[in-house]
Amino acid sequence: MTWTSAAPAISAAFLGSLVEAIEALTIVLAVATVRGWRTAGLGATAGLASLALIVVVLGPLLDRVPLHLLQLVIGVLLLLFGMRWLRKAILRAAGVIPLHDEAAAFAAGTAELRQHQSRLDWLAGLASFKAVLLEGLEVVFIVIAVGAGRGLLLPASAGALGACALVAIAGFVLQRPLAQVPENTLKFGVGVMLSAFGVFWTGEGLGVAWPGADLAIVGIAALFLLVAALAAVTLKRPIEVSP
Amino acid sequence: MLAGISQMLAGIARELIGLFVDDGMLAVAIIAVIVIAAIVASLTPGIAAGVVLLAGSLCVLSANVMAVRR
Repeated sequence: MTWTSAAPAISAAFLGSLVEAIEALTIVLAVATVRGWRTAGLGATAGLASLALIVVVLGPLLDRVPLHLLQLVIGVLLLLFGMRWLRKAILRAAGVIPLHDEAAAFAAGTAELRQHQSRLDWLAGLASFKAVLLEGLEVVFIVIAVGAGRGLLLPASAGALGACALVAIAGFVLQRPLAQVPENTLKFGVGVMLSAFGVFWTGEGLGVAWPGADLAIVGIAALFLLVAALAAVTLKRPIEVSP
Repeated sequence: MLAGISQMLAGIARELIGLFVDDGMLAVAIIAVIVIAAIVASLTPGIAAGVVLLAGSLCVLSANVMAVRR
């Protein structure tokens, strides 16, 4: 394993996980605000335990899948996942759809929980559980997607764990949503990287011999960045209406 | 409570599918590009399938976001 092959996997896993962890933290904080840290903590812990169980049970199966098939399946899923992120980030950057606002998500989350006063405890716990499980599954997918095809699961996991730890510490210290993080810029960058990984792995799975081997990912990512930035700029321009 | 749990499980399933499919047309177009690239790969070994895959993905992305403008 070289730094040039590990660095894109670590950074993609770190940045992608940062976005997911911030979204999970917002919900857990909303639950903690409405019902206290005990309920929020129980839900989050149950979510983490379920996630760990899924990884422990399904993780070893990855070794049994032939490499080309694994690359193809991961590549296809990554293309669908990455281009979905990139599309949304382009539309948000262009102002076509509103930016994701953690403060607004926090307010909506607390308001929704307060509507169900009578069965608040378990509902709040479930909300915390669901947020951690779903966002955690996205983190696991990102780690597998950027790491499994080239035996880089450990560095990708380190990147993801670093991001989750950073967000958890920041959330614990600040006790409010991390609304200042430029989430759409992160999503734009990660969408570019995941789409590039998706094209690369799908190509590898189909038997494409990319020029420059792993370095081709950088070139593919540069093209995605160029096209996405051009699309965002073009979409921002007002449409000229003929008289 | 059971209704709440089944509702939550259904929500989780919906969101898991939503991870990969948000805009149906985008997902269908990406799959079409991959199928074309697979056909090219089976006919001509080398870089051609990679070019089809990359160019196709970029075209699909541009066309999809530009369609929002129209």
